[in-house]
Amino acid sequence: MKTFDYVRPATISEAIAAAAVPGSAYLAAGTNLLDLMKGGITRPDRLVDVTRLPGLDRIERLPDGGVRIGALVRNADLANDANFARSYPAVAEALLSGASAQLRNAATVGGNLLQRTRCGYFYDPASACNKRAPGSGCDARDGENRLHAVLGWSESCIATHPSDFCVPLVALDAVVEIEGRSGRREIALEDLHRLPGSTPELETRLAPGDLIAAVRLPAEAAFAGHARYLKLRERTSYAFAVVSAAAALDIEGGRIRQARMALGGVAPKPWRARAAEEVLADSAPDETAFRRAAEAALADARPSGDNAFKIELAKRIVARTLTLAAAGTPERLPALPASPFSSIPVTSIPGAHHDA
Amino acid sequence: MNFSISLIVNGERRNVELDDPRVTLLDLLRERLHLTGTKKGCDRGQCGACTVLVNGRRINSCLALALSHDGAEILTIEGLAKGGELHPVQAAFIEHDGFQCGFCTPGQIMSAIGLIQEGQAGDDSERVREGMSGNLCRCSAYRGITEAVLDAQTRLAKAHRRDAA
Repeated sequence: MKTFDYVRPATISEAIAAAAVPGSAYLAAGTNLLDLMKGGITRPDRLVDVTRLPGLDRIERLPDGGVRIGALVRNADLANDANFARSYPAVAEALLSGASAQLRNAATVGGNLLQRTRCGYFYDPASACNKRAPGSGCDARDGENRLHAVLGWSESCIATHPSDFCVPLVALDAVVEIEGRSGRREIALEDLHRLPGSTPELETRLAPGDLIAAVRLPAEAAFAGHARYLKLRERTSYAFAVVSAAAALDIEGGRIRQARMALGGVAPKPWRARAAEEVLADSAPDETAFRRAAEAALADARPSGDNAFKIELAKRIVARTLTLAAAGTPERLPALPASPFSSIPVTSIPGAHHDA
Repeated sequence: MNFSISLIVNGERRNVELDDPRVTLLDLLRERLHLTGTKKGCDRGQCGACTVLVNGRRINSCLALALSHDGAEILTIEGLAKGGELHPVQAAFIEHDGFQCGFCTPGQIMSAIGLIQEGQAGDDSERVREGMSGNLCRCSAYRGITEAVLDAQTRLAKAHRRDAA
């Protein structure tokens, strides 16, 4: 790891001034940043530790029924906040399906949004990677790419955004509050991350010094009764998504009034599936509608390598998530949050016991 | 540039001078305080061998910058036994064969204590396995680990009820 200067500002304005200096990086829990620094992938000259900044660690209920989540709230604290989990069950489920308990205890809300791709070529300084070293090429294109993007990718970069948390957030119209050199501004989470195009090194719309202060969710009472997150992994737990989906349905009188849908693991950013939402609006919550929604969600998908299977897999996960959401949010999250295997009775399989 | 930090480690205040900002909490425990019970496995947050409790919560000490934890209260495997008597989770790991080579065991035990304190798993073995998925065991003693956690949790709950009565 390259050495660095360490500063721990006491106020947000001091933090912004310190981080606006070229070569600086914000440090929160460091669960992704320290990993990247150990590998020599990220080499900051100066770390600006924001963990002691006041007022960023609260979960606040807003007068309009929405919620404001401070950027330093730990993933585990948000997921286990009973009030929050009742209002935004798919968000809680996504959080609890991510990483491990140790990492969820440390990792912050703001850090989750800004975590980097887990593309193996990005993580390997000996490989060509346009994201890490612009213009160097992309070794993923002809490499091990079965887990790479099928939506939104470019010839320059086929990496995926790894977050679970961001998937239901983007489906539910989350807004990001940013403090910067010219004051406070807001941006829809859907617009925070950029598509790679020919500049995959530019991942977000943040400017130097910009600090994520909070994430806001609008009131979603209409969706809380029918909201799920589903995540297919290559092992049961503690793995990134191969494909994932968040679905929230507002169902009244046997019809879907409105739907919210987003996908994870398939694109360079958390992927809102508006075409699927349009298909679902004013439909009966049945298999036909869910299949049509799945086709619509993946209509623009194309393989970036050995990953054509992810398109069919994502369609099935979309349909499955919608089926589970329509059945109703469970009283208590399953023992294996977001696992497609949670709902299958597998008592016949020795060693595997699933209670949901 | 030197940095001075103060921690409470296993109940004892420790003031540490750091000549290098890169020191992780794991390296501070092992190399500066010589508390080598906490293990360095992958050093990248993937194996859980470095799990310790920081302010009562389990985290991976390999992905924690020591400087950022100035003032924190740390509990490691060395701080568990009291006067030669094992912590109930330690005793349960022995009784249930919750290990073979033992390298991952300090992390497993600290993680189990964190899990029990979090109170989310109850007596559901599936929830215990899910809650312990951040701790890998290459000897695959998982069955014994799960039994040990469930048993220790029951014993701790009984002891707690006894203390409350």
